[in-house]
Amino acid sequence: MPNENGITGAVARAISRSRRDFLRAATGAALFSELPSLRAQRMSPRRKVVVVTFGGGARDDETFLPDGRENIPHLLGELIPGATFFSQVVNRGILGHYVANASLATGAYETFNNFAAVPPEHPTVFEYFRKDRRRPATDTWVVAPSNGFNRIGESDHRGYGQGLGAGVILPKRLLAAALSSKLHGNFQHLLRDNYETPMYAPELSGRQFELRQMDDILKLSVDAFTEHATSLASPDELSVYVARQLMRQLAPSLLWITLHDIDIAHSGTFGLYLDAIRRTDRLCGELWRAIQDEPEYKDKTALFILPDFGRDSDMNAGGNGFQHHRTGDAVSRTTWMIAMGPGIRQNTVVERPVEPTALVPTIGAMLGFTASLSDGRELAEVL
Amino acid sequence: MLPRDLQAAQFHAYPPEARHLAIAHLELLRLLPVCFVPLLLREVIAYDWKFPAERAGLDRQFRYLDALKAGEVDSLMAPFARIHVSSDIEAVDWVNLPSQFSEKLTAHLWATHQIDNFHAAATDYVHKLDAAQKPEPLPTHRLAVVVIGQGVSENSYRLFRKLRREGVYFPRVKPRDGLSAILEVVSKRAKEHPVPFGHWYIEGGTLDPAAHPGIACVSYDSLQGVRDSLVERVTQVMQPGGKGPEYARTMLAAMRPSDVGMNEADNPVLTRFQLSLLTEGSGTQLYSTTFVQWTAREVLRRAQPLTLLARFAPRRKERTMSELLQESGGRYTLDPIGSLVDADMGAWYTWINLQRLSGSQDSRLLVWFENHSEAVATGPDLPRGAESRDPVPVSKLVSSLA
Repeated sequence: MPNENGITGAVARAISRSRRDFLRAATGAALFSELPSLRAQRMSPRRKVVVVTFGGGARDDETFLPDGRENIPHLLGELIPGATFFSQVVNRGILGHYVANASLATGAYETFNNFAAVPPEHPTVFEYFRKDRRRPATDTWVVAPSNGFNRIGESDHRGYGQGLGAGVILPKRLLAAALSSKLHGNFQHLLRDNYETPMYAPELSGRQFELRQMDDILKLSVDAFTEHATSLASPDELSVYVARQLMRQLAPSLLWITLHDIDIAHSGTFGLYLDAIRRTDRLCGELWRAIQDEPEYKDKTALFILPDFGRDSDMNAGGNGFQHHRTGDAVSRTTWMIAMGPGIRQNTVVERPVEPTALVPTIGAMLGFTASLSDGRELAEVL
Repeated sequence: MLPRDLQAAQFHAYPPEARHLAIAHLELLRLLPVCFVPLLLREVIAYDWKFPAERAGLDRQFRYLDALKAGEVDSLMAPFARIHVSSDIEAVDWVNLPSQFSEKLTAHLWATHQIDNFHAAATDYVHKLDAAQKPEPLPTHRLAVVVIGQGVSENSYRLFRKLRREGVYFPRVKPRDGLSAILEVVSKRAKEHPVPFGHWYIEGGTLDPAAHPGIACVSYDSLQGVRDSLVERVTQVMQPGGKGPEYARTMLAAMRPSDVGMNEADNPVLTRFQLSLLTEGSGTQLYSTTFVQWTAREVLRRAQPLTLLARFAPRRKERTMSELLQESGGRYTLDPIGSLVDADMGAWYTWINLQRLSGSQDSRLLVWFENHSEAVATGPDLPRGAESRDPVPVSKLVSSLA
């Protein structure tokens, strides 16, 4: 494990300080520790939470450090000035995308095989919420571009599990099903979405959304869906489009969107990796604006944006820089998180180290449930 | 099985030199921890196809370990011995399948939160190994030349962002006959220092090896058939109902040149190396820029050359989702600007990997934006973070570094 008192801890703190100092200079952000005590307003029962994973992992070199800032104008210019920014989020789990995202969703470090289509072992945030608050299935949704994420909505925990999870929409899978067979050959490329193992497409199981439900639930015809898809540049754009449809039609209280375009970095093409970071940055801005535009969400929604983890340092001989996240070094483990919405301080930096497992209990405190099996602790700074 | 149970007969499937090496050090291998020996054998089993520098490194490692007393071996290996390895991983036939063992061990280390302890143990071991050995003197300093931006007419991307800090930025080089001048320098160094696998030319497009005697040549285009064959095989395994990603890794690790139509009779070491670029590298099968960057990394890491020329070519353009939906196939178009961005980063990684080799304090690097007037150079006689606006021909620049 990274040692807080050793080199790894020092690197994580240095990364955090760099982010903190930059934001203080660029946006005039205040340190949370410097602010007077202020009891933030608690979420009302009608509050909603949207979680966006800035995936699949970007480094500070290409985001918060000087050379990278041009890639995240929406985070820096629109979102962070209105947010509490956690500058040192240290992921101590397995750095594979599915298992790491599942760990985010359960608030416990999952240890299953990253490439297996298995459910998380611990209850997910969706199960806690639905069980404790007696919420219907339509009130929690996951939108994920990668086929490998189809089991993320529901654990196999005995006390929770079947029937209590979130609906999972895999927009690319929907698209493939919706399109005519004459284009099938091309879709093999389109479906190549798990860049850790190119072309991985496990068999689907779990409570994923089916094509025939599109009209019933999203109020979207197959033709309209496919026509819109032809105007989009990437799978993450399709995910955001579907998320917006969900917000309009069902207004779920808990919406989880995993973005994944950035993981094109596994191909080793730095230019495509930068393109994906810029696109993800733009999509995060669009989602925040969508929250402001939707009456069901405006002024009652907390938005969390965080990477699942980072990527390897250029200087770690065990890796190949930005391409992978295999070394487990401090750069690949140390990320950040944006929290914004009513009752959350604006333009504020929290520099104490926190772990991503804190997200689920924090959402629990906001939405009124207890994440009893989570390893994390609530983030008091946003409650 | 545990290392203490090793027997000479278990190495009968190893290639001849690898078998000899393993059996010669059998007593030593029996003393080492189970999470260490298979990783050492992963290197040993490929000994017959390793570059001279790699063989020398492995020989040195055995000499170092042989020279230790029993108590010293225990002390050196203690961090590895503390790693808990499950019985099902120990049960893997790690003598004959050390790569499979490595895959399973890696997953186990992540799942049991031991990966950082293992990395720390490995890093400490390498440092002790390096400290105990004096590197062999080089016949000349190392030189790497990276040529980027082929096919780009206009560029607004700020090049050499990281490398400028390490050397001199030249914004007014004279590009005329630059590539031929670079090739001439590489050829001259190969003639003056005829070291096997000591001089390399990596090309993102096409090249004729016969035109570069004494230079190990690798090109993206020459491996197209192999690339296509590998992509097809992996695609089949990854289809729904296929055997999945872990099988794909195993399949690739076990791949032999003949499996994908490669003839290794003439130069088995180079052929095996080329295959490894495609079976171990991620993205090397699809993108020429990734191929060149990864090949340069592997050449530096494994062959430890005196001279390296890496020339990037435009990779294919990644199609947007809308393009994928609206097109029914056909040839890929090229993306020269995106490739320039890739190559710029690739040049930075080449510099980093050059610094990891012996003699790094004396090595030189030139990166040139092909047919344009921008270049950056690093070396012991060049200041860091400087800029020279003198109009200097590429030929003069590369000669000054040679």
